[in-house]
Amino acid sequence: MAVGGGSPLTQMLIRGGRVIDPGQGLDGTVDLLIERGVVRKIGNQITQPEGAQVVDATGLVVSPGFIDVHCHLREPGHEDQETIASGTRAAAKGGFTTVCAMPNTSPPMDSRAVVDFVSRKAREEGVVRVLPIGCVTKGSAGVELAEMGELGEAGVIGFSDDGHPVADTNVMRQALSYASAQGLPIMNHCEVPELFNGGCMNEGWVSNRLGLKGIPRSAEEIMVGRDVSLAELTGGRLHLAHVSTEGTLDHVRAARERGVDVTCEVTPHHLTLTEDAVLGNPGDASGPFAALTPAAYFTNAKVNPPLRSRRDVDAMVEGLKDGTIDLIATDHAPQTRVDKLCTFDEAAFGISGFETALGSLMSLVHADRIPLALLVEKLTLAPARFLLASDGHWHRLDEGLGTLKKGAPADVTIFDPEADWVVEADRFVSKGKNTPLDGATLKGRVTTTIVGGEVVYQAAAVD
Amino acid sequence: MTQTSRVKDRPGIVPVVAGPSAEPRRGRRHVLDLDDFSPEEIEAVFQNTDAMKEVLHRDIKKVPTLRGKTVVTLFSEPSTRTRVSFEQAGKILSADVINVSGGGSSIEKGESLYNTALTLQAMNADIIVVRHPHSGAPHFLARHLDSSVINAGDGAHAHPTQALLDMYTIRSHLGAIEGIRIAVVGDIMHSRVARSNLWGLTRMGAEVVLCAPPTLTPVDFLDGYRSAEGHPFSSVRVVSDVESALEGADVVMALRLQMERQRAGHLPALREYSRMYGITPARLELAKPNALVMHPGPMNEGVEIDPEVAHGARSVIEEQVTNGVAVRMALLYSVVTSARGARSGGDGGGRR
Repeated sequence: MAVGGGSPLTQMLIRGGRVIDPGQGLDGTVDLLIERGVVRKIGNQITQPEGAQVVDATGLVVSPGFIDVHCHLREPGHEDQETIASGTRAAAKGGFTTVCAMPNTSPPMDSRAVVDFVSRKAREEGVVRVLPIGCVTKGSAGVELAEMGELGEAGVIGFSDDGHPVADTNVMRQALSYASAQGLPIMNHCEVPELFNGGCMNEGWVSNRLGLKGIPRSAEEIMVGRDVSLAELTGGRLHLAHVSTEGTLDHVRAARERGVDVTCEVTPHHLTLTEDAVLGNPGDASGPFAALTPAAYFTNAKVNPPLRSRRDVDAMVEGLKDGTIDLIATDHAPQTRVDKLCTFDEAAFGISGFETALGSLMSLVHADRIPLALLVEKLTLAPARFLLASDGHWHRLDEGLGTLKKGAPADVTIFDPEADWVVEADRFVSKGKNTPLDGATLKGRVTTTIVGGEVVYQAAAVD
Repeated sequence: MTQTSRVKDRPGIVPVVAGPSAEPRRGRRHVLDLDDFSPEEIEAVFQNTDAMKEVLHRDIKKVPTLRGKTVVTLFSEPSTRTRVSFEQAGKILSADVINVSGGGSSIEKGESLYNTALTLQAMNADIIVVRHPHSGAPHFLARHLDSSVINAGDGAHAHPTQALLDMYTIRSHLGAIEGIRIAVVGDIMHSRVARSNLWGLTRMGAEVVLCAPPTLTPVDFLDGYRSAEGHPFSSVRVVSDVESALEGADVVMALRLQMERQRAGHLPALREYSRMYGITPARLELAKPNALVMHPGPMNEGVEIDPEVAHGARSVIEEQVTNGVAVRMALLYSVVTSARGARSGGDGGGRR
């Protein structure tokens, strides 16, 4: 389907829900009228127009559609892991109406041809909006800059060699500087290769007892320190992908104080899971000192950056609350069964994250650690701001992205914050069943996802 | 430590297997590491090992205990003593022992561990003895197979049969493990032998001192993390000065130093390592007069251990090898006596 191609006459009235729209400071029970793919009216007791479809949202939360600035749709090249068709459907099921696709495809998105291919595929086969991210360097090899100007013209929202850091300091300097002409960010995966050094989980007690090679926090923090310094030097826009350590946030706070243009994102798993997940038995309270069982070396908990310590996870939640962390992004990284059915060393990094994002994040709300309105903001308004911060000449994005203001595109996510459900990876829409949450009970699930006025996901009435 | 006190409170009645002819007790399904062995169970293994050792000294070294059972040794990493030791242990107990190694098998053709394992299972292997360069490979097999799995060394993680034979050797010389002081010197960071010995020795109430250059000491042994409540190794002392480690030790265990540690930047030079951490006759003088010298092998004589020490009067290194066969017989026996009917649930319940 063509995204946003709702029939011009279609009207939809979403009634009785708690509308949370941080973009207009709104949090209350109001109705929402959608017409021709845009928000027509928002207010109390809207009269039902003749022929309008009515959605009863009583007891549900109505939010601007979620925006994910960091995911892997794998197409072209890794269609066994995910396709644009399957990935966007998984996104829709998770409440995401706009997703930004990382360029580590095969071939990578380092040229206009590949970006155009992805955009066309997304228009033809996708069900949510797909915004491509371009490579920083040709082939993501870290040596020569990709043709960033042309990639910008092709509509990329930023540049990243994600999966790998931009390791060469001078290349990173040039990238930040060059991209500043278009106001586009460099979204760096910060990890010093010499300290990563074949590691496969966080360095600490758990890696020690498992005999696995650890990745120290310094691997991330050193490159974050380098990059904020380069952003300051060049005036370029730096975006830190998937931050995971307490020390990283200290760098960000200090840089902000000096006025450096730096933003950062955190994933749902780095906000909710610790390295103990690698021990297996999720939900088991036996703790990190108990004897291992055959469930240990749990490859679905292998992700990069690695799940860190409790202290880091707590720092992430704090950072989200105090604004150090701008937004939440899933880093949805689908892998095949074979990619994970092996020893921990051999297993691929990555978590299939779209379909569990809201449910796992809601655990923070239910535990009174963050307010619901803040969670919605970090999934909607905040990523929209990040995307809209680039020069409008380049991005061609609608200014109404991320809000439900009158006239904004009707991208809406409706969710039940109280619904309990059990994660069943085998029933994921994503081709990637790789989740450490399989079998876990989450509280909070998406019921309806609307893109440009069209329902792209509707949960079964009784599930 | 709680482990220590449990040794003291050990009940008098331990269901012990007195030998191949005795009434079988329920063994364990897998031997993955020593972290799930109680002091009582370790003691039971020792007593069974005594019985097995008696078999080793008979004229005809053969008992029918494992007749009709198939033991597969799956070794994806070079090994002499461990593989041969398991093979001999299985054969003395009359098991059919099949050896599969990396070279000359489908592993060489790139077959995944998962598919290799399923193939072995389809051939009705009762026990799979696995050596693998990746930590956790035995857990992976235990998760997916019905066979029993014995860990013969996985990556830097564990080598439980080595630790049991080390402890058995100590016990046969010093009478007990509780209260003895043991210095483990060498590449702790990459040593599966050290890790399994840590679990076993601390559980049996030994006083353990680890000694390595800081670059070969796991970082969480250097920071304050071991003070966390319930940390199993909170009593372990970590030092980087070999003289203080050896002082008053009942047992000195040297670990193999892999040549690649120098290239990986952990060490300036093997020469310096030998100078700073090698177990020399002079340093051994710091230990107790009858201190035992141990090494899991294979040794780099002149690097981590002086040849004079390795082959000196206090060395029990060759005896370790002999005890290895008996310990592995005891473990094969223990695993095979875990009745298949008792296997549902319990320790075998992995994820999918």
